[in-house]
Amino acid sequence: MGREVAESCIDGVIIEMVSAYCKRFYATKPELAARRIEAIGYQVGHQLIERYTVERPRFSDHLEAIKFICKDFWSELFKKQIDNLKTNHRGTFVLQDNRFRWLTRVSIDPSLDISEASQDSSAVTPENKAAEATSMHLYFPCGIIRGALSNLGIPCAVSADISNLPACSFVVRVKA
Amino acid sequence: MAPLAPKTGDAVFASVDRVNAELFTLTYGAMVRQLLTDLEEVDEVNKQLDQMGYNIGVRLIDEFLAKSNVSRCVDFKETADVIAKVGFKMFLGITASVTSWDAEGTSFSLVLEDNPLVDFVELPDTCQGLHYCNILSGVLRGALEMVSMKTEVTWVRDMLHGDDAYELRVKLLKQVPEEYPYKDDE
Repeated sequence: MGREVAESCIDGVIIEMVSAYCKRFYATKPELAARRIEAIGYQVGHQLIERYTVERPRFSDHLEAIKFICKDFWSELFKKQIDNLKTNHRGTFVLQDNRFRWLTRVSIDPSLDISEASQDSSAVTPENKAAEATSMHLYFPCGIIRGALSNLGIPCAVSADISNLPACSFVVRVKA
Repeated sequence: MAPLAPKTGDAVFASVDRVNAELFTLTYGAMVRQLLTDLEEVDEVNKQLDQMGYNIGVRLIDEFLAKSNVSRCVDFKETADVIAKVGFKMFLGITASVTSWDAEGTSFSLVLEDNPLVDFVELPDTCQGLHYCNILSGVLRGALEMVSMKTEVTWVRDMLHGDDAYELRVKLLKQVPEEYPYKDDE
């Protein structure tokens, strides 16, 4: 086992990062805040996968790489594997974590998923304010997955669906 | 009577939920990098890191008091030792040494030789004014304020700027008397 720190440290940094971007720097531009948070995640995923794949052969196909994310990569980050992986065999993969660690401490309204929350800002109610705040917390792990996969030579888009809390599904769409 | 407070935080650190330090280090690094891009001014980045740290410290003190078994410190000297031996250990898995007390006993230095925030970090020349670990000083300030101590926390030495250790100076500005906002019979 490598070096460790208390989980509260990473929780604290992520909460403050999301809050600084959403409430202080880009309070009126949630889509910009989202892009920055995603970019930070991308950077982290890109660097982490580099470290975890140093001593292994190249992945022969997309599915093998995605399986690595589900098992080894997720275990390094969350001490558990992704619980369920689905694919349509045409470049879309759904990675479901039945109890996603980073959402267990955030209070949430699950009525919107991440893509809807970022586009629909016309009707501001307390409910979709809460959903927007939650979706902001999901841009970071989405960025991590995208960064990791793109470093493995798989350009993709990643979104998250939290309609079945506390489960969280990450939807990976590989770019053709 | 011997103090009941633990002398080190080893046992507490062993009992809290922990994560891979690389994830923490790289997340912090990626965030600082993005802040430098978005805020442009190094001074503004220092300020924001301090603010984030303060907000974290304000919350972290609760967890610290709940899990560490530390009781009320009799004086600022004991506070310093508890921060160095229990606080740093419980959260970052490292210990700090307390040095350089002033004559009045109101300011001291915390010296870190090991610091998980800076693994893999090198600063480019354009970041000379950056206090990369400024979040730490904010955490201390925020946490101490919640236990009635107004402090000023500044960086004296920084290995990223070529010093031989990390040194934080903690100065007690004011001990705020506790006020109870509630009545006895409620």
